[in-house]
Amino acid sequence: MERQALNRGPAAASRTVARGGGAAARTTIAYLFLAPALLLLAVFTFYPVVFGTVLSLFDYNVISPPRYVGFSQFAALWSDRYFWTALRNSAVYLAVVPVLQLSAIVLALWVRQPLRGIAWFRAAYYIPVVTSIVVVGLMWRWLYDEAGLLNYVLLRLGVVHAPIHWLSDPNLALYAVMGVTWWKGIGYYMVIYLAGLEAIPSYYDEAAALDGAGAWARLFRVTIPLLRPSILLASTISILAALRVFEEIYVMTGGGPIFSTYTMFYYMFDQAFNSLHLGYAAAIGVVLAAITALFSAVNFRLMRTGGLSYY
Amino acid sequence: MFPFLWLLATALGSRGAVFAFPPVLIPRPATLANFAGVWQTMPIGRFFVNTIYITGMGIVLTLLVSALAGYPLARMRFPGRDQIFYAIVGSLMLPQHVGLILNFVTMMRLHLVDTYAAVYLPSLASVFGIFLLRQAYLVIPSELEDAARIDGAGELRLWAQVMLPLVTPALATLAIVEFSGYWNSFLWPLIVLKSPDRYPLAVGLLYLSGLFAHNTRYVAAGAVLMTLPVVVVFLALQRYFLRGIMLGAVK
Repeated sequence: MERQALNRGPAAASRTVARGGGAAARTTIAYLFLAPALLLLAVFTFYPVVFGTVLSLFDYNVISPPRYVGFSQFAALWSDRYFWTALRNSAVYLAVVPVLQLSAIVLALWVRQPLRGIAWFRAAYYIPVVTSIVVVGLMWRWLYDEAGLLNYVLLRLGVVHAPIHWLSDPNLALYAVMGVTWWKGIGYYMVIYLAGLEAIPSYYDEAAALDGAGAWARLFRVTIPLLRPSILLASTISILAALRVFEEIYVMTGGGPIFSTYTMFYYMFDQAFNSLHLGYAAAIGVVLAAITALFSAVNFRLMRTGGLSYY
Repeated sequence: MFPFLWLLATALGSRGAVFAFPPVLIPRPATLANFAGVWQTMPIGRFFVNTIYITGMGIVLTLLVSALAGYPLARMRFPGRDQIFYAIVGSLMLPQHVGLILNFVTMMRLHLVDTYAAVYLPSLASVFGIFLLRQAYLVIPSELEDAARIDGAGELRLWAQVMLPLVTPALATLAIVEFSGYWNSFLWPLIVLKSPDRYPLAVGLLYLSGLFAHNTRYVAAGAVLMTLPVVVVFLALQRYFLRGIMLGAVK
């Protein structure tokens, strides 16, 4: 498609000359078309990234003018107990990524079978994705309640003898919230894997079958390796999402109990919008961005090496 | 799916203990009283109006910005075109974490805090939308363009009367994807909106659940009301919706 556009180039240019309009006029028109998008991107995407990084070197509380403090806020972070708590919780939260990806792949392979009514099944898994995080969070808050449905089922089945304090036990709350992230996200990644599976030409599988490979061998030697681009994409999206998790936590636990669900993004939000330490919050944001970049890069290396491409 | 059934059961159940043992899955008698109740005693109608306005403005303007920007990127030749295209797509890789803080400062400077415009402005230039529309313009045969030019159509008329009708499918896909995005947006409105009478449903519902903690059934009814439009749109337009997600995924 790109090639087609380039081929059109000289013809379009000569047409313009024939019409009497100069190249300058044409350029002006093009930029007028682009102006709204470029202006919005400049103000709300590029400017915040550049000046957010600059802001991390300033002490700023909205009311008084920013004051340059150099790297002292990063030094302060190093000895900030809440920063380390948030960092640890965010690191734990990353564990949701492999679980989510593995189950989404299994689910995609399963709902791919040509069974009657399977389309409705796929749709059912996608509904949590398009449902508001507030609705999902409130719903699960009630389900996780001491007298909620989950405890009722567990008690009834005899799995536990006393109700579990899912969201009020500091040792459990983080994992309980991770469960909700998993529940809400699995349908989204399932769709990515379904798209990836569609893109694999069926003759690979057929050729392997002709060579006498069993179903399991075909799955692990043919399908999964060929799915690598999708796995790379989905796991990268998932890592970015896990490191900036906020909404589930805000709705369900508010960071508690005793900071057990306090994550990096939550800490940044708290510092910026509750304490109005905007410069300090920007410093947290810069550290979080660096960690995110690091994990994405590592993931990219891991998934790329040995990966074969069928494009 | 099971949690949704329970939510529905809670919303349909008559007043009384929500956390009854054993939990009630099929409420008898089922009643719509909670829906009427939440509508009358809580400003949920107001939240609906706010959400519809923000979602409507957001979708219309996102489509307009994308339809405008995608056009020259696909069909015009001018200095800086490729650089601009890569800058737009590359902006996806920028760390957005600190952006939230600076966008709030920007809104303060523009005196837009606590306005609807503040909610949708930062999302209008959708990279996905621009990319999607560029792809749609690229595959339009150049004969159509040439014919219009011979008829003496100017650039703006050519875009509005020839090109725009041809990219309607892409615009529809974008509208559907943006619909759930704007309808459910939560974090950013939570930051820039201060007065509860401007809250969209997502922020408003959480606000109500705090105020009416004792009346879970009303809040559950509100949650069902909020979810219904998105689920209906999704089920009705599933194919386009999933195509949009897949296109987004392979970009």
